[in-house]
Amino acid sequence: MIPISWYLVLSLFLFVIGAFGFIARRNVIIMLMCIEIMLNAVNISLVALGKGLQHTAAHVLVFFVIAVAAAEAAIGLALVVLLFKKTREVHMDEFRTLKG
Amino acid sequence: MEGLLPKLVFVYLGIVLVATSILVVTNRNAVHAVLWMLVMFLHQAVLFIMLDAEFLAAVQIIVYAGAVLVLFLFVVYMINLRTELRLHNFTVFWPGALLVSIALLLLSVQAIKAFRPAPPVGDMTTEKIVKLGHAKLLGRALFTEHVLAFEAVGVLLLVAVLGAVVLTRRIRLKGEGV
Repeated sequence: MIPISWYLVLSLFLFVIGAFGFIARRNVIIMLMCIEIMLNAVNISLVALGKGLQHTAAHVLVFFVIAVAAAEAAIGLALVVLLFKKTREVHMDEFRTLKG
Repeated sequence: MEGLLPKLVFVYLGIVLVATSILVVTNRNAVHAVLWMLVMFLHQAVLFIMLDAEFLAAVQIIVYAGAVLVLFLFVVYMINLRTELRLHNFTVFWPGALLVSIALLLLSVQAIKAFRPAPPVGDMTTEKIVKLGHAKLLGRALFTEHVLAFEAVGVLLLVAVLGAVVLTRRIRLKGEGV
């Protein structure tokens, strides 16, 4: 039996790695992937707490997080394609004006 | 001896998850990053199975490895990233970002140190999962207690699909004069 805190520490490490990537990477696609890493870290901690508390609500929440992550990926990648077609650029630090 | 094997599996999964996520963050090649993320999602599904959540493991593989990563790969192929291999892949302020991340890690570890689990609620024990199955338990909770949220997520996914189609269609009409 593995204690819940091990899972929490693992999910914390994954979340921090994803947050670092989101702040520091220049490529928009990799930044979206870092958001997915962070959502997955939260999912690990939710599933572990759901097992620890023996409660279904945490697992239902994970289900919803996965659905929202899929919607977010679709919209985010559509925006990336839009930005690339408009500016021929996928590096976040090159966008200096919001209106293009 | 019996308690050792789950710990070994957990340590293996944890090392692979952290290593692959670091590879995703630091990789120059976006295609390689997507493939490393596939490895990460498959290991995470195994982690879900270890936590008695077999339905969520299936959803993890079907939705993430099957749908989201294919979407990422399509966009990576649509956008020519060959110049990416010669450029810096981090912004100029990445040491600051590293500092902020480590500070976040230390603060959260301090917060987790005082973690005490609440008493278990008991509507999803291991015996129930063995008897009824995880999908049945989850579906029962989803379609009785959380049915409004379930419908809202359905509408959200529909709006996301329509939004993606509308966003990518309009720019093609304007930009390439079709």
